[in-house]
Amino acid sequence: MIKPARKGRAPFWRRMQDRGHAYLLNHAHSLFSSLGRLSRSPFNTSMTILVLSTIVAMAGGFYIAVANLQLLTGNLKGTNQISLFLQESVSENAALKLAEQLRRREDMQDVKLITKKQAFEEFKQHSGFADALKILDFNPLPHVLQLTPKSQTDSAEQANALTAEFRQWPQVYFVQVDMQWIARLQAIMQLVDSGVKMAAGLLALAVTFIAGNTIRLELQNRQDEVYISKLVGATQAFIQRPFLYAGFWLGFISGLFGWFIITVELYLLQGPVERLASLYEGGFGLRFMNFREFLGLLLASTTASLVGAWLVLNYQLRQLKPQ
Amino acid sequence: MLKLEGVSKRYPEAGEVLSDVGFHLARGEMAFLTGRSGAGKSTLLKLIAMMEWCSRGKIFFDGQNISRVGEWRIPFLRRKLGLIFQDYKLLNDRTVFDNVALPLIVSGVNHQEVPRRVRAALDKVGLLGKEKKYPLALSGGEQQRVGIARAIVNKPSLILADEPTGNLDPDLSAEIMAMFAEFTQVGVSLLIATHDIELINSLHYRVLVLHRGRLLEAGDGDD
Repeated sequence: MIKPARKGRAPFWRRMQDRGHAYLLNHAHSLFSSLGRLSRSPFNTSMTILVLSTIVAMAGGFYIAVANLQLLTGNLKGTNQISLFLQESVSENAALKLAEQLRRREDMQDVKLITKKQAFEEFKQHSGFADALKILDFNPLPHVLQLTPKSQTDSAEQANALTAEFRQWPQVYFVQVDMQWIARLQAIMQLVDSGVKMAAGLLALAVTFIAGNTIRLELQNRQDEVYISKLVGATQAFIQRPFLYAGFWLGFISGLFGWFIITVELYLLQGPVERLASLYEGGFGLRFMNFREFLGLLLASTTASLVGAWLVLNYQLRQLKPQ
Repeated sequence: MLKLEGVSKRYPEAGEVLSDVGFHLARGEMAFLTGRSGAGKSTLLKLIAMMEWCSRGKIFFDGQNISRVGEWRIPFLRRKLGLIFQDYKLLNDRTVFDNVALPLIVSGVNHQEVPRRVRAALDKVGLLGKEKKYPLALSGGEQQRVGIARAIVNKPSLILADEPTGNLDPDLSAEIMAMFAEFTQVGVSLLIATHDIELINSLHYRVLVLHRGRLLEAGDGDD
């Protein structure tokens, strides 16, 4: 029975087939036994997963928050109106003529005149200052021309050129570009977006190191097994496998839990957000993670954890030499 | 099977532990390696098991020079070796079956063949029926026999044993030696490090004596 192994006992293809089969079986075994091993130390494992999924939830939460804000600010695009507040000395007739003149321009899509009177009535009705306005014996409001430039691009240059031109006009007291604050908001959003990306990168790094450290402890607990496996001829790949799978599971489960946390939080925020939106007469509803984003979160968390495990194994297994 | 030529090992802290050791172990030959503690027995076994590298000299195993071998080849060479330890080196959280099956799993043996070969190895060492026990539930002698079963399950061509009877009483030791002698019948070579002089004298095998890192006697033990 202990005859030295002799070559050619079975045909080559047969042996290769057996080997391939054993290899796959070994992978499947590692996949599930590593899960079983994690569940055998439930306290440690659940602590690690709790920490990891909190981090994943933070990263994913930032992301979805920015996505929602972008949705909100995205709706504001295209309202690049220019308001011309006319001098007080300009009469209604002159204002009408000016409006006519502007309407003939090629670069204007729409020109709307809000006369002193209209503005005053509107102000009285909507601002709640009706009583205060009664005290005034004159109308302090100017005529206003609301212009919508033709090319609906949000090119700041065009807006700036128009603004400069209108400022030269003697009848114009003040030029206000409604687009400016949107541009500023969008610039802020871009900044927030890059900030969130950076934070997500750091959080991924945290997942990598926490998972790596967990695998390092696991490796220490199973030193004997590693030694003995090496002594009976285990390859580096064979020894690594269960630990890599443990890293995979940590990342995968944390990704799932992280997504769950985000979804629960969004549900909790949904009511307040809708109440706020209704106050602004907006039909804004919170956006949840879609399937692709969910997969992305899962993939990122699994990858980060796997990389952590891999780094630790590459470093530590070299140190572990059989005695 | 195993041939050493001018093998020396020097440690930075301890100086030269082995100097110019050379011998040849034929296929199916069993030899004792003896000497006082610190004479270099364990170091010599470690060199052959590729756990350490010699400073000078060459070691041939199965026709290959294993004193200089790429890291990636070591696992495949170790599969042709059976290692037996004084402290058994069993995994106490695994059953006897799993312990013995480890070398087979590690080398990717067909899973249908594993139980058959594990049982054959356990049968050989007289432990059939104890597959489901855990090592700590067994006596010292039984644990050592589990270690032996693990060493032979992969059908090695060379068995290296470091003080295999160190923790056993004389009767058990004799039993294990008889088992080793049986292995030589099928062409397995054995190198057994021990300082149990009585045991060595009671058997007639070749004896290699190490003294301060030098090999004193490489003759036949049958006087």
